[in-house]
Amino acid sequence: MSKIILPATIEHLENLVGFVSECARKTGFSNKRLKEIELASEESLVNIFNYAYPEKSGEVTVTCFSQKDTLLKIEIMDKGIPFDPLSLPEPDLHADLSERKVGGLGIFFIRQMVDEIQYRREDGNNILTLTIFINKAV
Amino acid sequence: MEIIYNKTGKASVVSVSGRMDGVSAPEFEEKLSAWIAEGETSFIIDFGSLDYISSAGLRSILVTAKKLKAKNGRLLLCTLKDTVKEVFEISGFSSIVPIYESVNSAVEQI
Repeated sequence: MSKIILPATIEHLENLVGFVSECARKTGFSNKRLKEIELASEESLVNIFNYAYPEKSGEVTVTCFSQKDTLLKIEIMDKGIPFDPLSLPEPDLHADLSERKVGGLGIFFIRQMVDEIQYRREDGNNILTLTIFINKAV
Repeated sequence: MEIIYNKTGKASVVSVSGRMDGVSAPEFEEKLSAWIAEGETSFIIDFGSLDYISSAGLRSILVTAKKLKAKNGRLLLCTLKDTVKEVFEISGFSSIVPIYESVNSAVEQI
């Protein structure tokens, strides 16, 4: 298990995503899967930067549980206002250029890139857990 | 992320390398917005050296494409790496912004 705690602001995105990427690399994921895991992590973190702490500053904690050559579980925790990213609506993927809305893609990418996703509110924390298996069950 | 601008004939070729994420995407949008304000209307975005793009990057492309459409301008993308292409395909963006295999095939469209 390894953990990083940083202020929940966009300036720390690179450090946080880099931390997850390194955990994923050590777990044994291919370069292609690393980019997908980075994408799911960035989208989860940016949601927290944007919504978790509207009035005060706060922190985000990212914990990686790794089983070499098997799976990576990423737990992303903040102490902000209750916010379930899984409750966000899916974007309209078929709209043309004029109709297409800006936004809504973040949660869609998280769902696409990970195998299991879970949200829970516990002791004043938002906890989002993403699980990715090395050998995806088809 | 690094952005290099080259004017070739009628088209402006903008080469973007590195990562287009929540930190760097606003910079791309600002640069393109400034060039559009200077009167440029046709852009070819060369993603040959782009390793990663997130929804923030797609958002900046969508905003730019909408601005150009309002001015009867054009935004073409080319030479996407597989991981970047995957993001465009699953998001449906590959059907709203034209994507070409090479810079030359994009230039021929201008």
